[in-house]
Amino acid sequence: MEDPLVQLTGATVYFGADAALDGVDFRLFPGEVHSLIGENGAGKSTLIKALTGALPLSAGRIELDGRQVRFSSPREAQLAGIRAVYQEIDLLPNLSVAENIALGSESHRWGVIDWARMRDRAREVLRDLGLDIDPASLLGQHSVAVQQLIAIARAISTDVRVLVLDEPTSSLDQGECAELFRVIRDLRERGVAVVFISHFLDQVYEVCDRVTVLRDGKLVGEYLTRELLRIDLVQAMLGRSVEDLRTRSRLRVAEEGAEPFLCARSVSVGTGIREADVDLVEGEVLGVAGLLGSGRTELARAITGIDRLDAGIIRIQGGTDAIDGPRSAISLGVVYSSENRRTEGIIGDLSVAENITLAVQAERGIVRRIAPARQRELALSWMEALDIRPRDPDRPAGTLSGGNQQKVLLARLLALAPRLIVLDEPTRGIDVGAKVEVQNLVSELADNGLSVMFISAELEEVLRVGTRVAIVQGGRIVDTVSCDELTPAELTALVAQPGEPT
Amino acid sequence: MTRWMRHRLFLPVVSLVALILVNAIARPRFVQITVRDGELYGALIDILRNSAPLMLVALGMTVVIATRGIDLSVGAVMAVSGAVALTIIDGSSDPGNVGTVLVAIVVSVLVALVLGAWNGFLVAVLEIQPIIATLVLMLAGRGVALLITDGFITTVTSPPLKYVASGHLLGLPFALFISVAAIALIALMERRTALGVLTEAVGINPEASRLTGVRSRGIILGAYVVSGTFAGVAGVIYSSNIMAADANAAGELIELYAILAVVLGGTSLTGGKFSIAGTVIGVLIIQTLQSTILFLGVSSAESPVFFAFVVILVVLIQSPRVYQVARRMTGGRRHHPAPEVTTGVEVTS
Amino acid sequence: MSQSTMAIGRRERVSEHARTFVSRHASMMPTFAALLIFVLLLIGAQIHFGEFVTPRTLSALLLDNAYLVILAVGMTMVIVTGGIDLSVGSVMAFTGISCAALLDAGYPAVLVVPGIVVAGGLIGLLVGVLVQYFDVQPFIASLAGLFLGRGLAFVVSLKSIRVEDDAVLWLQTTRYRFGDWYITPTGILALVVALLGAFVMQYTRFGRTIYAVGGNEQSARLMGLAVARTKVLVYVISGLCGGLAGLVLTAYSGAGYPRNGIGTELDVIAAVVIGGTLLTGGTGYILGSVIGVLVYGTIKTVISYMGAEQSWTRIIVGLMLLSFIVVQRVIVVRAERRR
Repeated sequence: MEDPLVQLTGATVYFGADAALDGVDFRLFPGEVHSLIGENGAGKSTLIKALTGALPLSAGRIELDGRQVRFSSPREAQLAGIRAVYQEIDLLPNLSVAENIALGSESHRWGVIDWARMRDRAREVLRDLGLDIDPASLLGQHSVAVQQLIAIARAISTDVRVLVLDEPTSSLDQGECAELFRVIRDLRERGVAVVFISHFLDQVYEVCDRVTVLRDGKLVGEYLTRELLRIDLVQAMLGRSVEDLRTRSRLRVAEEGAEPFLCARSVSVGTGIREADVDLVEGEVLGVAGLLGSGRTELARAITGIDRLDAGIIRIQGGTDAIDGPRSAISLGVVYSSENRRTEGIIGDLSVAENITLAVQAERGIVRRIAPARQRELALSWMEALDIRPRDPDRPAGTLSGGNQQKVLLARLLALAPRLIVLDEPTRGIDVGAKVEVQNLVSELADNGLSVMFISAELEEVLRVGTRVAIVQGGRIVDTVSCDELTPAELTALVAQPGEPT
Repeated sequence: MTRWMRHRLFLPVVSLVALILVNAIARPRFVQITVRDGELYGALIDILRNSAPLMLVALGMTVVIATRGIDLSVGAVMAVSGAVALTIIDGSSDPGNVGTVLVAIVVSVLVALVLGAWNGFLVAVLEIQPIIATLVLMLAGRGVALLITDGFITTVTSPPLKYVASGHLLGLPFALFISVAAIALIALMERRTALGVLTEAVGINPEASRLTGVRSRGIILGAYVVSGTFAGVAGVIYSSNIMAADANAAGELIELYAILAVVLGGTSLTGGKFSIAGTVIGVLIIQTLQSTILFLGVSSAESPVFFAFVVILVVLIQSPRVYQVARRMTGGRRHHPAPEVTTGVEVTS
Repeated sequence: MSQSTMAIGRRERVSEHARTFVSRHASMMPTFAALLIFVLLLIGAQIHFGEFVTPRTLSALLLDNAYLVILAVGMTMVIVTGGIDLSVGSVMAFTGISCAALLDAGYPAVLVVPGIVVAGGLIGLLVGVLVQYFDVQPFIASLAGLFLGRGLAFVVSLKSIRVEDDAVLWLQTTRYRFGDWYITPTGILALVVALLGAFVMQYTRFGRTIYAVGGNEQSARLMGLAVARTKVLVYVISGLCGGLAGLVLTAYSGAGYPRNGIGTELDVIAAVVIGGTLLTGGTGYILGSVIGVLVYGTIKTVISYMGAEQSWTRIIVGLMLLSFIVVQRVIVVRAERRR
């Protein structure tokens, strides 16, 4: 076999005292599509950040063409032909599509940008991806899916040797995926090494030649896709057999005809979510599965009063109180935990105690201040209950690890004694240990009669904790299915195939 | 010792003390306080007295900045409130009557309150960027003040009005009592109720606060109301000091000095955690500096050069990069990159 | 999209063109709105006064506001990167009074003029370095520039200084006439600066980087654009514009005065915003800012025609600024909801 194009040896990255990546070996051959597999927090992002120069390695080395290299910035990695397209699109919404593709390597004559040539080139690259859009239009006007493809267009418009695609399909429908896969195969023919990361195992099997499995920051193994059974892959990824995961007995299952705690009818907000009907009974965990941009987050925000409804009604316990904002939702016992922990969740500079008691304080109002001693006491009891570390209520919440921040947010919401808790991607970007704790907590809460709406891009996880799962596509709930009746593969198919009957 | 040094009021306090010491050595008269007719006089007393308008404006600014905002209109609001007060007194049959002056003050402060609420409405309800929202009033406010005074500098003779800025109570300047009352009021409002922590939450992360059920609109609106009201009082003190309403000169550049005072006091312009004590010290530093500059025989018109260097010095001291360089030069240890974990814990060890 | 070669009706083609235009130039809409307001203002004044839209008034409009146009060019660049420059008014005062003082001291104009422009650039450099390399907020960094410029202006002179130098006065007194129209060298200078600025913004990598930085600094850096250099350079350019404006204002008033330009930074910011530049950065056009200045100047002229208090100018500009930002806000909110 030929020599690897890229080889990482003993790659280790520390965040504070915790190793996010622990002595991982990873190799990448020219002309292959290589998938990096692991659950949230397994170290995939850390590995590719190290590879693309976004993070320095604490230990270990990177070799390119057999020569050791050290990238101190993404720019240096790009010059070496290593390009990455992340799930969070890092393009410029205020500039044209053509500029987003070409800027940095744009055509110019005597320092003057040649707009016509820039547009032509952009149009060509876009056509390669099966996109027929005006290169002069503003990027911000296009959908997330198209922007994702434009980001890929930018990456392949230069001399790329290693292309890292981090969840490139999370917002793409099947047709767009097919185009992307065609391009990926083209690139493979041209000798480019592609790293493909996806939650959708089907897609991994469809395009990848080889997989590297990570778990808990450590390497589990490297396999040829065609020699690895799917069930073995899942087991390698989770470190447990699939049967183990199915053992949690669901104490409460939605009783037929029971009065739902929450009943939403024809809920619409802009084009984000349209005519959605949701019923949730006490003690039920309703999973929500959909692509990025499918409307799964919009649904959560509509139900919890974050976004104002354009149409539809939401009834809590058959009552007539309207939810017209987060405050009224909270007063009715409906709380929301955002997928954007940093921007919409944690108040970084405030202490853990202040963060935990913030919602309660907001509900009590300005005058009835929770005394500092009582605040600490309350916070400590929650930190105990959810095992938040370090157990220091005076520490700024922003200094905690992702998993602990998530638990602080849960504590903040649970302190309100809610009846329905809506969790949007609660396990994203947290380590595996914390992730399992969050999942168990959700089950426990449901067993105690709380209703839960659980949104996750990891379909396995949705099936693991959910009682039923609502499938969201293009802003509509297309189906609601009992979780026991679905395998992850079937759910993947449902989520990514628009318009197909089930 | 190191614990003291890391307190965020350490640098402001040290600067103020150093400034006073330098002055005391250069001219011992600076720290002398004389008693005349049972009233205290001296350079330090003057600083306390003259700082009252800036103190009020800076306190309001602190609350606004804590919400991630800024209030550029305070100077214009001062001009308006001064114009309103003086026009009422000037137009009354008995300018020397205490009742007249009280009515004038109450009306002018109420007008300022309404102007503050207007700013708050633009920022909190229409969600317009604070700089721009308050820029509107900053531009238009002085024009309004000029219209109120018909383009003239209204002057009055009114002993009760003069008392506000120049009178004494219990041997101390009356203006100092206004300052202290304002400080106490703000401190009570922010720290004895949950307003302080909720304000900080809104300032640090407005969206997260809204999702958590914090009434961020009300809190932001309230901050601008406080700022406007305090600026109104400052406007009354200013016009009492010169016994005139000068729509152009009243509160000129005061928004910038107020912002400087807040930053000097260790409150970040990006909002969030704020320090009332810090702002008080910041105001005293600025006032002492101004007195120092005058003493040095520099014309007050040239004093902005000094403030330019003060601003540069302060921002350099607060700059993370300077901190890094200093650490590297003193041989600080390197550690693993940790975006979410604060550094500096190891300093104590 | 269908590849069919069906004949498209003429009207459909027009609407197709319109749609393409809108999708390409959505960010120009506020500028068109400013242009519309400018035209309406002129029409309104013409109807009201009977004699307003004359070559003389319009020529004077450029002459009276040449310094504002120059300042607006630099300010637009700074604001598009997401920054702000409060120092322009006092930089203008400092360079203006320095110009007058140096000429008064007998230095030749060929040395003085480049000297003061560079001095403006140096203050801009200071602001830019503070912003870029010391992470100081633009508001505060340029505040330092404001204090510095104003203080230095008073250090140079506390009183106004008359300018006798022919070369500098030539800038103002020369009138190139085309019928009843005329233009002064200061006006030409302002137009050249504006056109140059517009060209740089549209057709150079530096210009596009300005937009990129305003759109998302992090992304711009990942794209390999020279973010740091660009951010420093816009403040330097703004400072240079301040220096040039100082020259133009000194020529215009025939004297340097250290109290010139107090509050001018606000007038400039208002003009730039009225011209369609978003203060959040990323969107804006220099020619829009020029229109913004013209709107501002027209209001001033109208008020002096009416013989009303000049204080009305700022009230009206304030109100206009308000209506603009409210409209911009509505557009942004609607765009967000459409997502």
